[in-house]
Amino acid sequence: MSLDDISIKVTDLHSIGSVDALLNEIATRLERFIATGEPSMVDLKSLPFSPAEYEALRTALGRGEVSARLETIGDSELYETHYAGVWWVTHYNVEGDVIADLIEIAAVPAILHSQPEDVRDGLERLQHMLGR
Amino acid sequence: MKEHETLEQRLHEQGISRRSFLKFCAAMATMMALPPGSASAIAATLAKVNRPSVIWLSFQECTGCTESLTRSHSPALESLIFDMISLDYHHTLQAASGFAAEQSREDAMKEFHGKYLLLVDGSIPIKDGGVYSTIAGRTNLDMLLEAAKGAAAIVAVGSCAAFGGLPNAQPNPTGAVAVSDLIKDKPIINISGCPPIPAVITGVLAHYLTFGALPALDDRGRPKAFYGETIHDRCYRRPFYDQGKFAKTFDDEGARNGWCLYELGCKGPTTHNACATTKWNGGTSFPIESGHGCIGCSEPKFWDAGSFYAPLPAPTADVASVAKAAAAIGAGAAVAFSALDRAKKNKVQQSREKLTVDDLKGE
Repeated sequence: MSLDDISIKVTDLHSIGSVDALLNEIATRLERFIATGEPSMVDLKSLPFSPAEYEALRTALGRGEVSARLETIGDSELYETHYAGVWWVTHYNVEGDVIADLIEIAAVPAILHSQPEDVRDGLERLQHMLGR
Repeated sequence: MKEHETLEQRLHEQGISRRSFLKFCAAMATMMALPPGSASAIAATLAKVNRPSVIWLSFQECTGCTESLTRSHSPALESLIFDMISLDYHHTLQAASGFAAEQSREDAMKEFHGKYLLLVDGSIPIKDGGVYSTIAGRTNLDMLLEAAKGAAAIVAVGSCAAFGGLPNAQPNPTGAVAVSDLIKDKPIINISGCPPIPAVITGVLAHYLTFGALPALDDRGRPKAFYGETIHDRCYRRPFYDQGKFAKTFDDEGARNGWCLYELGCKGPTTHNACATTKWNGGTSFPIESGHGCIGCSEPKFWDAGSFYAPLPAPTADVASVAKAAAAIGAGAAVAFSALDRAKKNKVQQSREKLTVDDLKGE
């Protein structure tokens, strides 16, 4: 018996409804963001998605105009989805494992902003280099 | 002994940016099942706390818990997780050995009396004066009682320390007991599992550091953030259970279609753990995703709870009707079964009657 003799079928899991539920949640959060400017996040790792549902969510949200990459304790991938204000943020560790997977509703994901501590630190280093 | 500085100072010395730290905290928030937006609040607190002294005692154990933690998928664990604490004694990980090792434990106990965190993995044999497991000529029992006195809190890592685990399995030749059987006057957090999910170990430490208090615990002393729900409640195969679609053998049509493994002995409905969402091996999968039922390793006496491949036992009349009603309304089954776990578990274990799949499926 070879591997080809074992039939493997891809079962349609879309009918379960988890993806629709999350898209509705995102829509509600977008409404709130427009009305009050309040940013928010959804933790995808806390949701019991099957691999197929996960792909269905990716397809449903699509990719938009902006993408960014952090290179800090492993990479992070951030991109705006087809829906402006809805960002998909994935943090990896140095081994390339996903350590956080988030949908962020915001004008810009918070972690992209330069942090005041880092800015002060940078200024110090610059001044030191200039001998001031 | 070096003064315990704050995490912020440590990170700054090592040239780790605030943004990196924020990313680390985002991962922490995910681990701790906190609202994802709380990363910046966690960062603000964690940066300022003094790194607590941690003494880790390994008793009657297999070192699987330490293996689990040191292979954690946490971001740069070795440089960040261990930067959050000052690990002053861990006889597998520390460089010192012999008298020097025991000396560092005694020094930490003296210097940080009342403040250090005591982590314990492994059960404690108490039969015949505890002679069945000793370190440096002293019994585990003796060492635990001494170290517990000055601890701010105790974290029982793994099912052995939390519930007795495998050494405690029948006939329990060494009289193995859990930490909570011996220590009654200190807060104890049980992080059960064989081994526990590494992210849960680090998540609990991060929670303690962030909030300065123990996380909310369930009735078995486990943090609710990770053990609040059953594997079954969060299982991606749950819809098949609700539809009454079960694998009957490991190689049948149902198994290939990824249907529910209840009939093959899955202990998901009575097991509280975060495997279904946090997963293993860097978030790759968890046992059910690989086609094997849950064996219930984070529950007390899981080794003595019958075959891993026999369907869960349950009392007949009332539970069957609860399950039937729940199956009829689909999503409600999670609630019904959670209630069943707690309220009926003792009864279930006593009666040992099998709930048949027909009972669950309803009409």
